[in-house]
Amino acid sequence: MTNFNIQAGEALLEARNIKKIYDMDGKRPRGVNPPVVLDDINLTIRAGEFVALLGPSGSGKSTLLRILAGLLRPSEGQVLFKDLPQQGPNPHLSIVFQSFALFPWLTVLQNVELGLEAQEVPPTQRMRRSLSAIDTIGLDGFEDAYPKELSGGMRQRVGFARALVVEPELLFMDEPFSALDVLTAANLRKELLSLWREHKIPTRAIVMVTHNIEDAVLMADRIVVLGANPGIIRVELPGLPIEQRNATNDNYTKTVDLIYRIMTSPRADISSLMPSTTTSKLIAPKQQPYQVLPHVAISDVTGLIELVHSKGGREDIYQLGRDFQLEVDDLLPMIDAANMLGFAEAREGDFVLTEIGKRFAEAGVQEEKDLFRQQAIKNVTMLRHIVRDLSGEPSHTLPEEHFLNELQQHFSEDESWAQLETAINWGRYAEIFSYQEERGVFRLEEQEAISERV
Amino acid sequence: MAQVYIPENAQEREQLQGGSSSPRQSRPPHEETRKRLGLIDLGIALALVAVVSLIIAAASRWTAPLTPTIHIDLSPTALPVYAGYSVLRMLLAYLLSLIFTFIYGHIAATNKRANVVMVPLLDILQSIPILSFLPGVVLALVALFPNSNIGLELASVVLIFTSQAWNMTFSYYHSARTLPKDLKEFSAIARLRPWQKFLKLEVPASMIGLIWNSMMSWAGGWFFLMASEQLVLGSRSFQLPGLGSYLQTAASTGNSSALILGLFTLIVLIILLDFFFWRPLVAWADRFKLEMNSEGDAPSSPVLNVLRRSALISAINQHIFKRVGAFMTRILNRLQPLPGERSFVTEPKQHGPRFTVRSLVMGMLGLLLLGGVLFGLWSMLILLKNVTLLTWGQLLLATGATFLRTLVALLIGLAWTLPVGVAIGLSPKWSKRLQPIVQVVASIPATALFPILLVGLIGLPGGLSLAAVLLMLLGTQWYLLFNIIAGAMSIPGDLKEATTIYHVRAWRRWRTLILPAIFPYLVTGMLTASGGAWNASVVSEYVTFNGKTFSTPGLGASIAAAGAEGNFSLLLAGTLLMAAVVILINRLLWKRLYSLAERRYTLS
Repeated sequence: MTNFNIQAGEALLEARNIKKIYDMDGKRPRGVNPPVVLDDINLTIRAGEFVALLGPSGSGKSTLLRILAGLLRPSEGQVLFKDLPQQGPNPHLSIVFQSFALFPWLTVLQNVELGLEAQEVPPTQRMRRSLSAIDTIGLDGFEDAYPKELSGGMRQRVGFARALVVEPELLFMDEPFSALDVLTAANLRKELLSLWREHKIPTRAIVMVTHNIEDAVLMADRIVVLGANPGIIRVELPGLPIEQRNATNDNYTKTVDLIYRIMTSPRADISSLMPSTTTSKLIAPKQQPYQVLPHVAISDVTGLIELVHSKGGREDIYQLGRDFQLEVDDLLPMIDAANMLGFAEAREGDFVLTEIGKRFAEAGVQEEKDLFRQQAIKNVTMLRHIVRDLSGEPSHTLPEEHFLNELQQHFSEDESWAQLETAINWGRYAEIFSYQEERGVFRLEEQEAISERV
Repeated sequence: MAQVYIPENAQEREQLQGGSSSPRQSRPPHEETRKRLGLIDLGIALALVAVVSLIIAAASRWTAPLTPTIHIDLSPTALPVYAGYSVLRMLLAYLLSLIFTFIYGHIAATNKRANVVMVPLLDILQSIPILSFLPGVVLALVALFPNSNIGLELASVVLIFTSQAWNMTFSYYHSARTLPKDLKEFSAIARLRPWQKFLKLEVPASMIGLIWNSMMSWAGGWFFLMASEQLVLGSRSFQLPGLGSYLQTAASTGNSSALILGLFTLIVLIILLDFFFWRPLVAWADRFKLEMNSEGDAPSSPVLNVLRRSALISAINQHIFKRVGAFMTRILNRLQPLPGERSFVTEPKQHGPRFTVRSLVMGMLGLLLLGGVLFGLWSMLILLKNVTLLTWGQLLLATGATFLRTLVALLIGLAWTLPVGVAIGLSPKWSKRLQPIVQVVASIPATALFPILLVGLIGLPGGLSLAAVLLMLLGTQWYLLFNIIAGAMSIPGDLKEATTIYHVRAWRRWRTLILPAIFPYLVTGMLTASGGAWNASVVSEYVTFNGKTFSTPGLGASIAAAGAEGNFSLLLAGTLLMAAVVILINRLLWKRLYSLAERRYTLS
């Protein structure tokens, strides 16, 4: 096995003041405040580094990866490859995809060869290199199998072999393990790390997008935590020394807990969350321009509140994720929703119920609805706007376009729909208004009752 | 075949589903066993020889001096040759359709500016009745080759092409537009050249939809082959040797044994093509499924297995195709070189007006195209000036009559396909047994059966008016039946069980489960059937039989008569009217129902 010596330190890829505004098919978005996917991103990838981009959904981490790879063009700012501005897809990198991105009609060998096909490598050499990549990644004997004959883990191995066969300087991975089951992911992670650490592959730097905190802490030399709406870099944390990267180590648990705390308090000042000993680059969060509804079902929030209440009204968020068997990506929106509604708040990495939250947890069906309605109208801007606009109409009805237009000033088209759908779900549960899907019409319910509360 | 559902909707399922399926047993690595020549290779070689000699025979006929009318030999020994000629025409038309599909579909899917024009144009082309193309195509091609049969043969091929190409192109365009995003991204990162992207990604991803649509196109092609082999234009009549003209001659001379023999040959031909061509193709194309976790049995074909094991085929593959492929790769790579390192890391280029040879040529081409379109519109207007207001009124009345006829045909079709289709689809046993049979029956062209129907119906009081409805029905009911069977098969088992447990029976069961569940399929079927019925009105409302012409008032009859008399103004007016009506019905009725179906009645 060859050993590739990687010189550390040299800046390979540098993102400067990247801003990405959501656009569809290259058209400028409508609205005065176009939805911003990424804002003011500055990031350097150095040789010898394993960098993890960690963030909740909506933080634009995959978009950032694609901008760094040259697949997408940033709206502002530029990406430098070895100090020169980069145009179009970077030929010195390859990507491992979450969905594997294998061609179902090609065999394993043909899929791997496809990485070399564009480069006019002579056929015999192409075959030799592909077979050696397949060998390296542990797929020996599967050369002639089709992807659909393989398990998920084996498919992702093909993805790795295909990425590595071109001997890229930079290896990008977009949530490479999230489509795999836990054991397979752990196995593949370990093998990849040993290839990387023992320099069996000529890759000089790895960038991984993930929403899994433990993956990031286990693998990365540097962890970049992104915030959502718009996507910004909230903090860059140094990775743990390699010998400390295991679940039993104290520092490991501390780091995981710290990142949990950062991610579960999206609006908090980072320095207030930091333990005094850690030195890291701090970036102040920006003001939220418009309230963003987390896309969760009310029943999930209710369930969460009731569970925490049964545990005494306070619970560690990291522990909650374990109890529920939820990834931080799934848990965060629920916490966010409970927080937004004033039922709970995140305090020092704990989830703490408020007085109203406790009443809500103990309430019967009807009282629960009443409490929810009261809190929703008080705290949720979108619902308040809907009630305000509906009561302003003599017929107490309005078409959905009315609210979509408002949302599209702040969100992309898809996200506007998602926001409206969440608002509809919440509003229906609270019996604030009714919504007819076929006609796309909102109608105020029990106008008197509502107007009393507003 | 495993399923009949028209694959447009299958697209929805064909999202790449990653995920952790249980590992299947791994196949042993490729075994290079030495293949030996066997009896089967002899058979394959003989088949190749037969095809080549057929092409030579046809070519010699094509280049022979023009013989507008020929004597059709009704003896059984002549049938194989006639069948061969007809198949060859179909094949040529199909090749033409394929080439058209790849070029038109690729450009429409990848070029944003061209897309704006090309997609609506395709929609219009699709709704123009095929036989409206007939007089123009025939006269132009015969005039182009006045001294040989090529013009006439080409005209027939082009006519069949117009009945095959559009739905294939739509299917390809749709697949090429909805390529999986991650595969596209990989192609960009691996810097696949345009030709590699086309051959390795676009064509394979659209293969399954294209094959299913090809099968539908062949059924449509048989329908119009009958009409395109024998035609009357004003004082001139043209005839080509083939199965279509054989059947028509047999019918008009009242030779019933020849008629039955001809029909039998046609059915055998359709079954043979199914067995030796489509089934192997479908089985081979199974690898192009985009979904990773495929359930159910993969389609298989004994013919494909034989071909795969054949030493002759693998030798041809090894020595000819691989070398040609390597050669082509070199040429294509030379033509589309990879951009060098320079172009990747450079200062951003100045954006501004730049005049290059390329933009100049493109501009000229654009102007030429615009000029052509304007000239076409102008000559259309000149032609339409001759149509009086009274004629327009008559045409509108005729449209009403044809509309009623299509409606009746659709309703009759629905009345029997709905219960039968649901019954077949709900029973796994019957759907498995009957589907192949239904498929073969469906591809028997109604135009071939028409002479027999006419013999029986022409004396009845309703006469052709009744027969026309029947012909429309014969041509379109299959689209309904296919889709209803597919819809009933897709009803999830738990919903069926739920209705049983809650004693939802009879009409309530239909209303709450069956009708909503098959609604999207029903709309797809009706959309296709309605378009098909309008198109069929041209052949069914105006018939030449036994030297005499029968017709019944209707838009189809007006178009057919105008074509036969060479009245181009009227032909154009009628064609435009029919295209407009079909597009209008699609837009106002079917497309709306379709979006309703997608919103409310999708089971997923």
